[in-house]
Amino acid sequence: MTITTVPETPRKPGRPPSPYSARPQRTSLGRKVRDNLTGHAFLIGAVLCFVVFSWYPMIRGIVMSFQRTRRGETTWVGWDNYSRIIADPSFWTAWQNTFYFTVLALALGYVVPFFVAVLLNEFRHAKGYLRILVYLPVMLPPASALFLFKFYAYDPSEAGLFNAILKALHLPTSQWMQSPEMTMPAMVVASTWMNMGGAVLIYLASLQNIPGELYEAAELDGAGIWRRIVHVTIPQTRLILALMAMLQIVATMQLFIEPLILANGAGAEDSATSVAYLIYQHGFFQNDLNGAAALGVIMLVVLAGFSAVYVRLTAKQD
Amino acid sequence: MAQDSGTRTLISHAQLSRGRGRVIYWTLLIVVVAGFTLVFLGPLYWMVTGALKSGQEIAQTPPSLFPKDPQPQNYIDAWNNLALAKLLFNTFYYAIGAVLFQLVFDTAAAYSLSKLRPIFGNAILALMLGTLMIPAMVLIVPQYVTVIDLPIVHINLLDSPFAIWLPLVANAFNIFLLKRFFDSIPEELMAAALMDGATSLRTLWSIILPLSRPILGVVSIFAVTAVWKDFLWPKLVMPSPETRTVSVGIYAFAGGTPMNVVIAASVIAAIPTVIIFLIFQRNIMSGLTTGSIKG
Repeated sequence: MTITTVPETPRKPGRPPSPYSARPQRTSLGRKVRDNLTGHAFLIGAVLCFVVFSWYPMIRGIVMSFQRTRRGETTWVGWDNYSRIIADPSFWTAWQNTFYFTVLALALGYVVPFFVAVLLNEFRHAKGYLRILVYLPVMLPPASALFLFKFYAYDPSEAGLFNAILKALHLPTSQWMQSPEMTMPAMVVASTWMNMGGAVLIYLASLQNIPGELYEAAELDGAGIWRRIVHVTIPQTRLILALMAMLQIVATMQLFIEPLILANGAGAEDSATSVAYLIYQHGFFQNDLNGAAALGVIMLVVLAGFSAVYVRLTAKQD
Repeated sequence: MAQDSGTRTLISHAQLSRGRGRVIYWTLLIVVVAGFTLVFLGPLYWMVTGALKSGQEIAQTPPSLFPKDPQPQNYIDAWNNLALAKLLFNTFYYAIGAVLFQLVFDTAAAYSLSKLRPIFGNAILALMLGTLMIPAMVLIVPQYVTVIDLPIVHINLLDSPFAIWLPLVANAFNIFLLKRFFDSIPEELMAAALMDGATSLRTLWSIILPLSRPILGVVSIFAVTAVWKDFLWPKLVMPSPETRTVSVGIYAFAGGTPMNVVIAASVIAAIPTVIIFLIFQRNIMSGLTTGSIKG
C-alpha cells in the first residue's frame, strides 16, 4: 500500500463550484505578465538560496579546482591542483579505503535490510514495535552513536562490549579500531547499525505493493519460499532495489564521520582515511582549498560514472 | 489475528496458522523480537547504564550488566563541564529557525510551481531537482568559501545562524514533496477562490495550507532532525565555542574528557531526537516512504 497524500475535504466549501471550472479565461497581456510576476515572487526566496548555496558553489568548485589562491592573489594554474592531489600518497589509499567501505557496506547494509524487510512483512504481530526498533538508531545524532561504538563496543581491552561477548563465546577477541584489518569492517558495522532503518522502511512499503495473487500462483506452481523470493519478491521490487543501490553507493562514497570519530581520522596505518576525509584535511587543515576543490570534482566525476552505469542498466531492463 | 483479510504475502496465512507452520511462526517471531531488542535497544541500554558506572567499573572485565554503584555524577559533570545547556539551546535555536525558513520559502516555491506555474517554472524545478544528484561532500569546500564571503554583498556568515538556515532552504527534496502534495489538491478549489477575488497569497494561506497540515508536519520534523544530526557543516560554519551545536561541542571536548562523561553527554544529546521520534513516528515513517515509493 502506498501512503497516498489525498487532502481531506475542505471544512468550508465556500460557494458551489463555478460553471467555469478551470481558471477564468481572461488572457490579456497585462494579466499574463502580472500572473507570471506573482508566480516568480513566490519562487524568489527559494531560488535565491539555490543560486547562492547550491548552483553557484557547483560552478565555483570547478573554477576553484583550476585556480590557486596565495596571499589573497588568485591565479589560473591549469591542472596543477589535480596533479598535486593525485601525487599525494594518501590519494590512492583513500580511494582504496572508500571503495572497500562501499563494497563491504553494500554486502552488509544492502542485503541485510532487504531480508529484514521481507521477514518483517511476514509477521502479523509486533510489527509496529519491530519497525520502531529498526528506525530508532537513525534518529540518534551520528556523533552520539559513534562515541558509543568507539568507547564501549570497540574498546580493545576485554572490558569492551564486543570483546566481552566474543570472550564469553570462547572466540578470539580483536583490537578493533587499532587493527588495520578490522578498521573497515568495524566501521561498516557501526554505519549499518546507524543507517539501515530507512532502507528497511522503504523496502517494507514497496513489499506491501506486491499483489498477493502472484505469490498464490507461484505457490500453486510448486515454488518454495526461496523461489518465491527470487521469482516474485525481487522482480516486483527491482526498481526500488536499483534506486536504493545507487543511493547507497553515493552515500557510502561520502564516508566521513565514521573515520573522524571512530578512527580519529586516518586510523591505524591509514586504514580509515577516506576521500571525504582527505577533502576535509586538504581544505581545512592544510590550507589547500583549491586542492580540496579538485578532489571534490574528481569525486563528482566518479559518482557521475556510477550514475551513468546505473541509468544504462535500469534503462535496459524496461 | 484481526486483519487476516489483508493482502497475502510470501507465505499464506493458512499455512502460518495451523500445525507446524504455527509453531515455526511463533518461534521465529519470538527469536526476532528478542534479537532485535538486543541488537537495537541493547547498545542504547549499554550507553545509558555505562555512563552511570565509575571509571573503575567501566574498565573491569568482564563488564557488569548493571551498574553496581550508579553514579549520576557523570551526567552532572557532562551537563556542567561541557556547558550542555548552551549547546542544546544553540541546536534548538538553529532547528526552529530551519523549520521556519523552510516552511516559508519552500512552501511558497512549491505552491508557485504547482499552482501558479509561471514561465520557466519547469526549468527551475529541473535545476532544483538536479542538485539531488550532487553529493554534499563535493560542494562542501565551495559552499564554505561562499559562506565566508557572500558574492556581491561580501558578508561573512561564520558564526551566524543564517549560515545554517539559508543553505537548508535549498532543499529540493522538500520542494518536491510539497509540490506533489499541492498537485493533489483539486484545481476547482483554486478557481473558486479566484472567482471570489482572493489573491494568490490569500489562496495559499486559507485554502492550500489548511489542507496541507500533514505534509507540513513531515517537512518540519525532517528539518529539526536534519539540524540535530548534522555534523560537518555546523562544525565548519560555527567555529566559536559559543555558537557550536551539541554534536560538535561534544566532539570538541571528547579529547580531554573522561570517556564516561563523553558518553553521558552523548546520551543527553540524543534524548530530544528520540523523543521527537517516539511522538511523531507515524508521520516520520509515512513521510519517508511517500517520497520514495511512487516515483
